[in-house]
Amino acid sequence: MAITRRYFLKSGGVVLASFATAPSFLTRTALAQADSGRGIDRPIIIAIFQRGAADGISMVVPFGDKHYSAVRPQIAIPDPARSGSEGAIDLDGFFGLHPSLEALKPLFDTGHLAIVHAVGSPDNTRSHFDAQDYMESGAPGNKSVSDGWLNRYLQASPSPDATPFRAVALNATLPRSLSGSAPTVAMLRVTDFGIRAQQANPEIEAMFADLYKDTFDAVKKLRSVNPQQYTPASGVQYPNSAFGQALLQIAQLVKSSVGLQVAFADVGGWDTHANQGATRGQLANRLKEFGDGISALYNDLGDRMRNVVILTMTEFGRAIRQNGSGGTDHGHASCLFVAGGPVKGGKVYGQWPGLAPEQLHEGRDLALTTDFRAVFSDILTGHMGTKDVSKVFPGFRQTAPLKII
Amino acid sequence: MPVMQDTNHVLNRIAFGPRPGDLVRIQDVGFEKYLDQQLHPDRIDDSATETRLANLNSLQMSTADLFDRYRPPRQARQLQMRPMFQNVPQQILQELQAQKVIRAVHSERQLQEVMTDLWFNHFNVFWGKNADRWLTTNYEVTAIRPHVLGKFKDLLMATAKNPAMLFYLDNHLSSSIKGINENYARELMELHTLGVDGGYTQKDVQEVARAFTGWSINRPQVSGEFMFRPRMHDNGEKFILGHKVNAGGIRDGEAVIDILANHPSTSRFISTKLVVRFVSDDPPANLVKHVADVYRKTDGDIREMMRAIVTSREFQSSDAIGAKTKTPFEYVVSSIRTLDGTTNGSRPIVQSIARMGQPLYQCQPPAGYPDHGDHWMSNGAILERLNFAVALAGKNIPGTSVNFDEPVKSVIARLGSPDFQKR
Repeated sequence: MAITRRYFLKSGGVVLASFATAPSFLTRTALAQADSGRGIDRPIIIAIFQRGAADGISMVVPFGDKHYSAVRPQIAIPDPARSGSEGAIDLDGFFGLHPSLEALKPLFDTGHLAIVHAVGSPDNTRSHFDAQDYMESGAPGNKSVSDGWLNRYLQASPSPDATPFRAVALNATLPRSLSGSAPTVAMLRVTDFGIRAQQANPEIEAMFADLYKDTFDAVKKLRSVNPQQYTPASGVQYPNSAFGQALLQIAQLVKSSVGLQVAFADVGGWDTHANQGATRGQLANRLKEFGDGISALYNDLGDRMRNVVILTMTEFGRAIRQNGSGGTDHGHASCLFVAGGPVKGGKVYGQWPGLAPEQLHEGRDLALTTDFRAVFSDILTGHMGTKDVSKVFPGFRQTAPLKII
Repeated sequence: MPVMQDTNHVLNRIAFGPRPGDLVRIQDVGFEKYLDQQLHPDRIDDSATETRLANLNSLQMSTADLFDRYRPPRQARQLQMRPMFQNVPQQILQELQAQKVIRAVHSERQLQEVMTDLWFNHFNVFWGKNADRWLTTNYEVTAIRPHVLGKFKDLLMATAKNPAMLFYLDNHLSSSIKGINENYARELMELHTLGVDGGYTQKDVQEVARAFTGWSINRPQVSGEFMFRPRMHDNGEKFILGHKVNAGGIRDGEAVIDILANHPSTSRFISTKLVVRFVSDDPPANLVKHVADVYRKTDGDIREMMRAIVTSREFQSSDAIGAKTKTPFEYVVSSIRTLDGTTNGSRPIVQSIARMGQPLYQCQPPAGYPDHGDHWMSNGAILERLNFAVALAGKNIPGTSVNFDEPVKSVIARLGSPDFQKR
């Protein structure tokens, strides 16, 4: 925590000097410190899983790699220099954001969005199911690990004043990442979390309070903060979708001070085997929802982002060459996004493996240069204050920390 | 096999739970005879259930008629069709969901309904994927239902040739001219037959995809029929799981189905799936082995595999009784049944199931919904189950009615109890 804060002050100063549009939280460090003394400024991680294997080289386009456009004659995102608003949004002269992710560009520019490319799981599986399972258990290749990495984080960092809402998935069922012995909550909507029949309510609760103790403790906690009405910050609009709704609920929980530290949301539709499109089309539509959603959450949380990290992930990337139906089959490495106040952003992390035929994994996929656990570990140690990540990622040894936080 | 049968347990597994009076009725008939009846659903009169389905028009329509009557929104605008509520594709989904709930609650052919639920989930397609909105009804009616207790290979072949599957896993676009699409080939081996550790390689995926090139759909958004397109087919020789495949034309894909259905990994994988569903999340290894033997000896006869499971010692053991957590669908259906209820399967009931985490026909990933208890019992899902129990016992669910003479409170306590979440 201390390191986080120190770094934040330092980088915040630098950023402020160069960007007039910096979020107002950068100017409120005094408030941040005051809050932390009252325990309502716990570090928060918001994990977002892109289920279905999102195409990394369409999200963050390596337009500087001379092989890129050749391997994807119909579905490459055009070079930013030559195509204006139809092309990739230049980040650093080599990589560019998909134009549908334009809402993320200001976060990158203000230094609060980092990208890691050629990242993923060292396991070779191209099975959605296994690869998601490995990423969520945090133990690639090991089917005997039964709990999820975020739950093991909770177990490894017991908090004496933890509330039932320390870890919440905005989902009807609990994702693998959060499953395990530490208490968690899964819910679709904040306002639905309880017994809804008004008259019978206390009686029903009394009937089941002991049988489902964790659940009703959470219901009571939520009632005590009464989060019935929620209006996002002015000008913020979440995508009109299940994903947008999930992010809105997360913002609501963060602002309700229910003790949230870990939040989780899913976003699907990335399995683009056919007609994925380029600047426009199927994948572009998914990316618009994804980027706009994260941007809305970031802006809605405003000041509170100073101690929040948003982390995205996907089980693997897609084959480098497009297939016979304008789509891409299952691949290997992809990319991910890390956003928030404590993030050393404005940079694409990771070594670029290259797209020349001999540089590809098994001759077809983006090779992996960063293990996803290196990124997750970085966030747990730098942001969440975890001292020993070996309890969270059994058997993983961090060789060279990325220092994203 | 002279084993004492726990009738309640049997009804929790090969049916969607008992209705009042079922226990006595089945004890009168005798377990052996009841099981035999359920294994031959055609011999059971189910006309009362059919009557309940009579006004679900879309179930009786061909795919072409569905496309014609329930136009895609854009087409409807172009044709300046009057926007009638009944004519939107969403109506097809509602009728499909309604029939699933009605049959599960009311059908005398309970095992057939359990098996239909199981195999649809095994060969999952996602209703929301474009043309699958019009194709999924026919998929369940013609590819799944007729084969649920038949030969596994026939079921596999029916799904492989069904436009809903070809569209869902993109095989209709896989072509020797433009290039293959690996989606179906991979899931066919990983999820439908061999299992992820069943011994196939990336090379096998590509070779299987080549074998299925040309398995396509005739006018996917108009008639939606299976069509083999010889010009899209790669007639070259393929090497798949150690076999040379060069039958040519449509027979290449059929040969692959044959290889997969006869593969030892498939007999193990399918047996495991059945034992997990009917016995325990943690399937007893000996029983899986025994059922896999039955698969091999009977050419994958699902009826005989089911007989082997239900008459096994493991099925009867105290470890198995009450060991499975009900899915939201099973919970809702068994609740209505235990209260001697009736339902028209309309939206309120289907929405309850969705809120518990199981929107029917809308599971996007090809693996289907997981079949292990931990998945379903989040605290949000528990609250949804309690809310459903309150609404059902309070007779507040339009389209569904129940009959009981206990106090409402005790009904809620029963349906909400941890025991009733189990089967």
